Amino acid sequence: MSFPLLTATAVLPAVGAIATAAVPAARRAAAKWLALALSLATLVLAGIVFARFEPGGDRYQLTESHAWIKDFGVRYELGVDGIGVALLALTALLIPFVILAGWHDADPAPGARLDSSGGGPEKTSPYHWRPTQGFFALILMVEAMVILSFVATDVFLFYILFEAMLIPMYFLIGGFGDRAHAGSDENAAAQRSYAAVKFLLYNLAGGLIMLAAVIGLYVVAGSFSLSEIAAARADGSLDMGTGTERWLFLGFFFAFAVKAPLWPLHTWLPNAMGEATTPVAVLITAVVDKVGTFAMLRFCLQLFPEASKWATPVILVLALISIVYGALLAVGQRDIKRLIAYASISHFGFIVLGIFAMTSQGQSGATLYMVNHGISTAALMLVAGFLITRRGSRLIADYGGVQKVAPVLAGTFLVGGLATLSLPGLAPFVSEFLVLVGTFSAYPAAGVIATVGIVLAALYVLVLYQRTMTGPVRQEVGGMPDLRVRELAVALPLIALLIFLGVFPKPLTEVVNPAVQHTMHDVQKKDPQPEVEAAK
Amino acid sequence: MSATAVHSLWTTAGGVTSAAPGDRFTAPTIEYAQLAPVLIVVGVAVLGVLVEAFVPRRARYTTQVFLTVVALAAAFAAVVGLAADGYATKNAHIAAMGAVAVDGPALFLQGTVLLVSMVAVFTFAERRLDPASHGNRVDSFAAQAGSVPGSDSEKAAVRAGFTTTEVFPLVLFSVAGMLVFPAANDLLTLFVALEVFSLPLYLLCAIARRKRLMSQESAVKYFLLGSFSSAFLLFGIALLYGYAGTVSYAGIADVVDGTVQQIDPALADTMGNDALLLIGGAMILMGLLFKVGAVPFHMWTPDVYQGAPTPVTGFMAAATKVAAFGALLRLLYVVLPGLTWDLRPVMYGVAVVTMLGGAVVAITQTDIKRLLAYSSIAHAGFILAGVIAASPDGVSSVLFYLGVYSFVTVGAFAVVTLVRDAGGEATHLSKWAGLGRRSPLTAAVFAVFLLSFAGIPLTSGFSGKFAVFKAAADGGAAGLVVVGVISSAIAAFFYIRVIVLMFFSEPRADGPTVAVPSPLTMTTIAVGVAVTLVLGLAPQYFLDLAGQAGVFVR
Repeated sequence: MSFPLLTATAVLPAVGAIATAAVPAARRAAAKWLALALSLATLVLAGIVFARFEPGGDRYQLTESHAWIKDFGVRYELGVDGIGVALLALTALLIPFVILAGWHDADPAPGARLDSSGGGPEKTSPYHWRPTQGFFALILMVEAMVILSFVATDVFLFYILFEAMLIPMYFLIGGFGDRAHAGSDENAAAQRSYAAVKFLLYNLAGGLIMLAAVIGLYVVAGSFSLSEIAAARADGSLDMGTGTERWLFLGFFFAFAVKAPLWPLHTWLPNAMGEATTPVAVLITAVVDKVGTFAMLRFCLQLFPEASKWATPVILVLALISIVYGALLAVGQRDIKRLIAYASISHFGFIVLGIFAMTSQGQSGATLYMVNHGISTAALMLVAGFLITRRGSRLIADYGGVQKVAPVLAGTFLVGGLATLSLPGLAPFVSEFLVLVGTFSAYPAAGVIATVGIVLAALYVLVLYQRTMTGPVRQEVGGMPDLRVRELAVALPLIALLIFLGVFPKPLTEVVNPAVQHTMHDVQKKDPQPEVEAAK
Repeated sequence: MSATAVHSLWTTAGGVTSAAPGDRFTAPTIEYAQLAPVLIVVGVAVLGVLVEAFVPRRARYTTQVFLTVVALAAAFAAVVGLAADGYATKNAHIAAMGAVAVDGPALFLQGTVLLVSMVAVFTFAERRLDPASHGNRVDSFAAQAGSVPGSDSEKAAVRAGFTTTEVFPLVLFSVAGMLVFPAANDLLTLFVALEVFSLPLYLLCAIARRKRLMSQESAVKYFLLGSFSSAFLLFGIALLYGYAGTVSYAGIADVVDGTVQQIDPALADTMGNDALLLIGGAMILMGLLFKVGAVPFHMWTPDVYQGAPTPVTGFMAAATKVAAFGALLRLLYVVLPGLTWDLRPVMYGVAVVTMLGGAVVAITQTDIKRLLAYSSIAHAGFILAGVIAASPDGVSSVLFYLGVYSFVTVGAFAVVTLVRDAGGEATHLSKWAGLGRRSPLTAAVFAVFLLSFAGIPLTSGFSGKFAVFKAAADGGAAGLVVVGVISSAIAAFFYIRVIVLMFFSEPRADGPTVAVPSPLTMTTIAVGVAVTLVLGLAPQYFLDLAGQAGVFVR
């Protein structure tokens, strides 16, 4: 038996989470360095996975398979395809930046009331409240679960991770709020817990509906293994029946659409991203939400190809509404973080559009979009976070003229913003272009409407930049320091990556394209559509 | 009813009508070894009563705790021994002249009841949580159950350092009833077992050390409603006897199937009358559904759970549910399988309103014990979904769920006993605000239990829920699964709300403190957590166990 590389990649951050949580209360700095080191080690393992993945090889590589819960037909089955490996690399890449950017976010606030809160037994207990350790441990825990969900090829295993990752996310959102809050502390706490509960309930509701579909799938197919079910479909031994397949598809899709999030199930995202600390907001939108769109590609299309095609028109309309609606609301936002959240909703619309356009360019574009959106949003959001921490406000109106006092900050912010609006030469352009081409070749009208989203993106990004960075220097902004070394270490590599993938996307397209061909093959197998001819 | 009929009540075994009056009386054969678990528990319970009479007061507590734990452990060993001898599978048979079944479900449920009772007894024996009064360590029970709250005699009893060590034999009697209940193979044994486990529980509910009026009120409510439901059960038994001419499960089942054509002359007017069967069956079901706390027979649950001493609540919530569902399963699978189609719509309806009712009402609760009570109602609904599946998978999934649920419940109530302020346990939810900051470990443990109740993956609650829903979907009750999923989502809301409260709210200045328990309660909680995690991560062994135990003997 070969070395279980995928398991190791997922287990390392999980072990790291436990180790970080166990660091004594007084050694906060040690916990941070430990978390960073482990996330970097995970990145190395992810790099090895990426390097060992052969684009032209089998569909699923580095596979592992062990019996787990025999009675439920559940196996511990891992395997990575081109789409999974790209997203795994993205996750492993972003987490060190998230940790670095959140270096001080979980430090006890000056004048914290934690220690004075009561004369209870916590003074003698060795288990007292350790927010810093908890913060970084939870981030690593999320990383472990996300990585495992990208490589799980057992539907049940995926479902478990899909649900379980809500718990650490929930604590990250609810337990560690953004200090830059307009209202009083109590108001902030109330809004934060509202956002956390909303996040959890939306996703849990989606997940439980998926659970019903997961059980239904087992009853129909008698197996949870993606490869077994696909094989049974291919040789005709499994016929779900049109009606059943559609219901099951809807159950799965609902959960993924909440996670992604797709209009009209998106309303938790602005709350969650607004109230969470910026690194956590990045974790939500750049990493965790990708599981939703990834799962559409992997599970909806593979397990229910016919139903996917049946639902395509409706989903395309929802995606278009997401694109335009998200962008319009982003234009109208007064809060920087909520603006980025709505921009993300618009971008997720593009991703879903690309997936369900059912063309190879569309799906390649969507996969690249997931990676590029992760990087560009991380860059924009984290720099925005640095800005917000300096001024202590999230409102756009509280800024002005920052580029004169902190030019590097303004510059990195601009690059992140330009990536968000898909400027040619930066990575997101490639993916957005592919999605639009792919959509246009199949559904010209949808392609035209989606283009509106690009125009609006230019509007919200440039207006944001103009209002915050240019113009006369506002008094409160006056003494604002420029980016520090730690912050540069976050911003610069991300920008470099955006530029690199913008001019040379080949390393990614090389691994993604064959996987997309497999998915296309699944979907088109029984019912070749004319647009396939156009796509080739 | 003629003398013959009455006589045949006692001598009929396996549906064979016995001879005429004046026949020689033959001594019954009793397989003592196979009844060993019950006999051990009853025997030690009687011994416990003698201990109360003869052992000096100072030594009673230690003696009783020791005896109780040994009895439960020995009984569990006996259960394991029987299972190892194959009584759970190939040697399963009916013992004691048709009164008791020794088969897989019975042994599995008996083992579960015994283990759960053992960890629950640890919380009964806990004496470090309440501040010592007059230099005596005290537990959760009144100094002297008979004295009026607030009276001089009570004060005197407290001053004298009395403790109610009778609780231990009472628990054992109750456990004995619970052991027989799921194994009962005729309706009279069922009824006797019901009373044997219920009466001690009524008593135990009444003797809380603190908030005694509430405790007594709860006991009265429980007793009144419980007797009411017993009456229903008894009346149903009478009707079924009229229908079948026998009270043995197999005998009734034969008449239902139509395999026995013979008509008892004394019952010529009533035998085979389907109206009697349907009404009688429904009444017996009512009696059992009352014990499991299914809507609309759930009214007692919140009041009793809230008023009873918390260790008793934990014991009752866990063990009663196991025993009662066991009896329900046997009744439905052995006696009334021919009625599956008649009863199915009713049970379906009960399951739906139980799941939704429990979950919806729980949202508005402000007391942690009441909240757990409504949550237990919702869980009864989930279990009913598995009961309705009417398949071996359904049985084994219910067995598994019961094992899962009982340990989580005992653990959760054990945590409730730890959170205290000057008035005893601080059960109002507002007092739990910020608990996660003051005592992260306690709050984290409670959060694990809540997540398991909510059915979050990687906890035992998820495995159980999945098993039950899978069985229900397989059994053609897909609608129930959808309702179950919806009510899980509703239920998740209030479990999560407690977690929010514990971790994200600022602690109150006058908030409760977490008492440091003795190793007894710690063991209870640790076992609860361990079972929750093990059955969440690697449930296969226990699923196998429940799967092997899923066949009833008839």
